[in-house]
Amino acid sequence: MSLLELQGVTLKFGGLTAVNNLTLKVEEGEVFALVGPNGAGKSTVFNLISRFYTPVSGTIRFDGKDLLKLASHEVPSLGIARTFQNIELFHQATVLQNLLVGRHRHRQASLIPQLLHLPSVRSEERAHRVAVEEVIDFLDLQPYRDKLIAGLPYGVRKVVELGRALASQPRLLLVDEPASGLSVEETQNMRWWLDDIRRQMGITVLMVEHDMGLVGKVSDRVMALADGAQLALGTPAEVQSHPKVIEAYLGTGAISKTANAAGERV
Amino acid sequence: MGVLQLLISGLANGCVYGLIALGFVLIYKATEAVNFAQGDFMMLGAFVTLGLVNPEYMGIPFWVALPFVFLIMGVLGYLLDLIVLRAVFGQSQVAVIILTIAIGFIIRFVVGVIWGHEPQSLQSPLALGDVRLGSLVLGLADVAVIIVTLLMTVALWQFFQRTKIGLAMQAASQNQMAAYYMGIPVKRVQGMVWALAGIVAAVAGILYASKGSIDPTAGFIGIKAFAAAVIGGFGSLPGALMGGLIVGLIEPFAARYLPPGYSQIAPYALLIAVLLFRPHGLFAQVRAKKV
Amino acid sequence: MRFHFKTSYDQDINLFIDARKAVSYGLLVAAAFALPFVIDDFYLGEATNVLIWAIAGLGLMLLTGQTGQASLGHSAFMALGCYATVLMIEAGVPFLLALPLAGIITGVVGALIAIPALKLHGVYLAIATLALAILADDIIVLLGPWTGGVNGKIAPDIVIFGQALNRWSNPVEWYYVVLVVTIIVTLFYRNLLRAPMGRAFAAVRDSEISAQAMGVDVARTKTIAFGLSCAITGVGGAFMGMFAGAFNNETFNFLLSIQLLMMIVVGGLGFIHGAFLGAVVIAFLPQLLSIVSDTIGGGVAIPGLEAAVFGGILILFLLFEPMGLYGRWLKIKVFLELFPFARKDMFKRQKSYLKTERLR
Repeated sequence: MSLLELQGVTLKFGGLTAVNNLTLKVEEGEVFALVGPNGAGKSTVFNLISRFYTPVSGTIRFDGKDLLKLASHEVPSLGIARTFQNIELFHQATVLQNLLVGRHRHRQASLIPQLLHLPSVRSEERAHRVAVEEVIDFLDLQPYRDKLIAGLPYGVRKVVELGRALASQPRLLLVDEPASGLSVEETQNMRWWLDDIRRQMGITVLMVEHDMGLVGKVSDRVMALADGAQLALGTPAEVQSHPKVIEAYLGTGAISKTANAAGERV
Repeated sequence: MGVLQLLISGLANGCVYGLIALGFVLIYKATEAVNFAQGDFMMLGAFVTLGLVNPEYMGIPFWVALPFVFLIMGVLGYLLDLIVLRAVFGQSQVAVIILTIAIGFIIRFVVGVIWGHEPQSLQSPLALGDVRLGSLVLGLADVAVIIVTLLMTVALWQFFQRTKIGLAMQAASQNQMAAYYMGIPVKRVQGMVWALAGIVAAVAGILYASKGSIDPTAGFIGIKAFAAAVIGGFGSLPGALMGGLIVGLIEPFAARYLPPGYSQIAPYALLIAVLLFRPHGLFAQVRAKKV
Repeated sequence: MRFHFKTSYDQDINLFIDARKAVSYGLLVAAAFALPFVIDDFYLGEATNVLIWAIAGLGLMLLTGQTGQASLGHSAFMALGCYATVLMIEAGVPFLLALPLAGIITGVVGALIAIPALKLHGVYLAIATLALAILADDIIVLLGPWTGGVNGKIAPDIVIFGQALNRWSNPVEWYYVVLVVTIIVTLFYRNLLRAPMGRAFAAVRDSEISAQAMGVDVARTKTIAFGLSCAITGVGGAFMGMFAGAFNNETFNFLLSIQLLMMIVVGGLGFIHGAFLGAVVIAFLPQLLSIVSDTIGGGVAIPGLEAAVFGGILILFLLFEPMGLYGRWLKIKVFLELFPFARKDMFKRQKSYLKTERLR
């Protein structure tokens, strides 16, 4: 059984079919990348898994459990965390507080003990801080710990968002365009982190990314999407050289050129 | 009072609510700001007219004064956007809500200082007195209010469909970014919308003052207009007018048929019912935020 | 400027980040307890008034500052808190039990109202709560047999451990009662902020979408915030009505909610300090205005002056210091600590962009 299984999922917005009979299986421990042109439905797949959208048909299962039975705020409790394409952080809160929100699924204390700050609350809080400080160390966020998000540069926000997802100690991490808008150095860091997330933390990663260089380096398997349906599936090299993929990206007639270019980049 | 009389006076009140609600929705659609001072705008419009027209003040003939009233209210609306609202752009919605309420307080105070707190009536050509048809007493002012509102609606409709600036306002309210890219000066258009809302408020104020007397606290009927706007569905201009008419009609009938004490509650009870069962109004256009 | 080197996890969890902060707030509380020995009964009454506004303000701050929801209806909950307390006292419930019970009742009613209301966003919520405030006025009149209607009610004395404390003849004891409640409420507020619930509030305020994606139940969080907010404001309302000596439907007019909202914005939205600073402004503004109008206007009361001046202050703050009095204070503090090295652009406002509620 795969960790995450989308089976024949279809989603329509009015007359537009955003995701068309898509079947997608992510195995435990792998890095799986979704690529495809804009509007191919990549982020929509994430939003389906997060339960922001409900498909018209098909099933979504995580670790055998039916995700479609859950509300979106219940999804993280299974161990699914995500980032957003256009960074959705809590702007008027500090980095530390943002990461602590990532711990939300592990909270135990109910309202009254929290109001009274009972010892149990304090020890729970301490445990949250331990977990969050580990993430801060891992992602080198120490200089920004007590800074408000509103004042941070784009690249750092991107890392904080990854950190917030990691703080929840997920089994499956959904990262939506981790490298978009990042400099070459920042992309390099992102690559190492993604590697470590998989190798050291044993977290399964499903990612949407345009940068084929990054995809080629970190992912085990790649699926190319176009118009909400699967175009190609395989190793990064296989997918990149797949004629349909090249056609979808560049149109016909560009096949030989791209094959060379792709060869250089991988 | 007969049912017909209740109907007419209810509709006339409803027209005033509807016009205030219209200004409210205009601004909301174009700028996503809410003008909680729209009721006070209406009151101000009435007093500006009164100050120009009434013999105890300047005594200018009504039809000569009218363009000046529109000019003053339009410029005021534009300046308010330019100086105050634009400066708080990007702050939380709470800030804008409370800001416009504060503006309302100031308008109320200034009007009180200039024109006093006593109820006054406007020397308006619409204040026609009553006409008797057998046992029926019809307020001609009420009928006039309904007719003027109809004309105003048609004029606004034409304005949005036919004129360049009207079309630009439509475009800017539907998608600011796209409008901006298409070369529409969105900020200036937003200022124009505020100006237009000021003019609509002036019309509402003149109609209100023609039906009876007005004093600086009259702006509080703006609250009923907000209810009207919500009942009609916030994003919809015809909805705002309809909402106004509904609220206007409910009041006299509730006063007639409900036990005393319950009648004031009726419009708000309807508002809360609408919010419970059709949260986006009776003429809804619901959209969710995209991730 | 002091730097805080992180040496333990508790540092972020503690009430005060270091000993210096703890000592200065300790001194503040000590000063508050010593106040009756320093000032006369009139000013002590004013101080009590400030604390009452602060309690009510803390309630609204929790909702508006922490969760980002605007309520123009909190006067209704102040009324509920007040009538509940007084009716329970009249029914023989001791004050020490009646006050928290009234808070709980107000909180539960608030939460029940919140469940449908909080599906609404921004403007809708503001208008719905405004309607609620206006309805409350009429409902108080309709419930005349219990509430006394327009004739209102005379507030009973507070009885604590058999001691009857009259609002007029025991100002010192009254002040202490309100002060202790203020401290308790402030502590609750602070505890909430350093616990998961407080962070969930901030998450809901800043991004509902990602709050959900992190497992925060947005509807539930908002409901709890609304309930807690109403509970605290209800306690403030109870004191406000009883401090006035007598109260009726007019005491809790919808304008009171607007004043309350203006107060926390002027004080500084999102800060506990903001509620207190705002309360000082709102309690002393009428005093100040009457002094000013006595000297220049010959003591003629100008209707609407107070509201207009307060509105003007609010507009100036929103234009030039959106973080309110407390925000200004923070800037002055940084300026003094860094003197003479503070640069003007350190405080440059971060350009934030309008968070649209619309899809396109």
